[in-house]
Amino acid sequence: MIALLLRDLRLAVRAGGGFGLSLAFFLIVTVLVPFGVGPEGGTLARIAPGILWVGALLACLLSLDRIYALDFEDGSLDLLATAPIPMEAVVSVKALAHWLTTGLPLVLAAPVFGVLLHLPGPAYFWLVISLAVGTPALSVLGAFGAALTVGLKRGGLLLSLLVLPLYVPTLIFGAELIARGSAGGATATPLLMLAGITAATVALVPFAAAAAIRVNLR
Amino acid sequence: MSIWEYANPKKFMQTSAWALPWFTGLAAITLVTGLVWGFFFTPEAANFGTTVKIIYIHVPSAMMAINIWVMMLVTSLIWLIRRHHVSALAAKAAAPVGLVMTLIALFTGAIWGQPMWGTWWEWDPRLTSFLILGLFYLGYIALWQAIDNPDTAADLTGVLCLVGSVFALLSRYAVNFWNQGLHQGASLSVDKQENVSDVYWYPLLFCIAGFILLFIVLVLVRTRTEVRSRRLKALEARERLA
Amino acid sequence: MMPELGKYAVSVMSAYGVTVVLLVGIVAQSLWRAARVRRALEAQEQRTGAHNG
Repeated sequence: MIALLLRDLRLAVRAGGGFGLSLAFFLIVTVLVPFGVGPEGGTLARIAPGILWVGALLACLLSLDRIYALDFEDGSLDLLATAPIPMEAVVSVKALAHWLTTGLPLVLAAPVFGVLLHLPGPAYFWLVISLAVGTPALSVLGAFGAALTVGLKRGGLLLSLLVLPLYVPTLIFGAELIARGSAGGATATPLLMLAGITAATVALVPFAAAAAIRVNLR
Repeated sequence: MSIWEYANPKKFMQTSAWALPWFTGLAAITLVTGLVWGFFFTPEAANFGTTVKIIYIHVPSAMMAINIWVMMLVTSLIWLIRRHHVSALAAKAAAPVGLVMTLIALFTGAIWGQPMWGTWWEWDPRLTSFLILGLFYLGYIALWQAIDNPDTAADLTGVLCLVGSVFALLSRYAVNFWNQGLHQGASLSVDKQENVSDVYWYPLLFCIAGFILLFIVLVLVRTRTEVRSRRLKALEARERLA
Repeated sequence: MMPELGKYAVSVMSAYGVTVVLLVGIVAQSLWRAARVRRALEAQEQRTGAHNG
């Protein structure tokens, strides 16, 4: 399993793997928003948490179809299916690799991009916390969506349509956590809900994703 | 005699052919009665004016939008557990009807909201969760259409329906938490009977029954179509092989 | 026969209008597809001479 994780990480980091692309996409979104909304610091500061969350979510979405696509094409997914580790573990490892290569960089880069959007001081802490807690759920749900569409020729758009509604609860609680945190409000409820969603997703969704992959490999 | 007999496509086709005219007649009668009664013979409500007449389509369609998803969840589970093809096809047949019900609920809600709340759209929890439900219907239908192999499609959409149900429910609570609503809880909710006076309640009952019957008719027709279409594909495949 | 709808006439009528259009749409689509598939299946059964089964 560790070998699989290292292999996926190496493939992602190598050229063409898409590592960094989603980060660049996140940057572009953050830069484009002030052009659309106007440069007033007050407005930007108010919408910054939402923009950063939506940007991170879209950047995450962008790289989802790569989770299994290459392995499906060259047949290594079939090999993994017959390997002595359960499919659920394969899915979890692949989701983890996806998180390490897109989710984690997004978490680290978000404060920098926050500066561009005049994010108020106390919000930085909560921004990092909420993204760090929320993005694993995005990766695992994405792994599920990618598993559903793995056999399709042009699954990218369909994948977005399937996955985005699943992201709604995470997005709501994540953005709410930053908004409350920066306003000095009670943060326990959204933080616990966000963590609960992530924990439940990480624990349960790999089973659904593995079932979908087995169906697709049939 | 058990309910599983209807999992046999032939048996299902026979029974549904017999039942369809009855359900069609009943649906037409109740729906027309309810809508005509509601539209022509109900008084104005003190605080709603004549817009109260919208309740006769808004509430039943909203109920059906949720109930149809539950029905799809049940039929998907039956397919995943017992592998009855008719069940999977019924879920496929129900999805577009559910999407239409969601659209009706959203449109009538927007039209009703305009004079009452002074806005077409408000990010009210119920409105928002219906929008999300609509997105789930869209994704479900799109996944059915994207996959060629019917058994693969049935399996994958079944799994999507299960996961989607959990997240639709979760979204409902998340949205509640995110924004307090404009919907008054009691007077619009049908189970709090005492809040709607009888004048409005009886035609509403007819409308709800009418919508349910209409849905049954549509699902029967559409499931029959799907069964036929499967048989057609099988025959074509056999012809190509021969 | 038309009830007096007062100032909300447009709202009520358009709500009913949208509903009728959407419901008629889904019913028509269901029936149309049902008829088309039934015809295709009948034609196919004639051609292959397939008996039920």
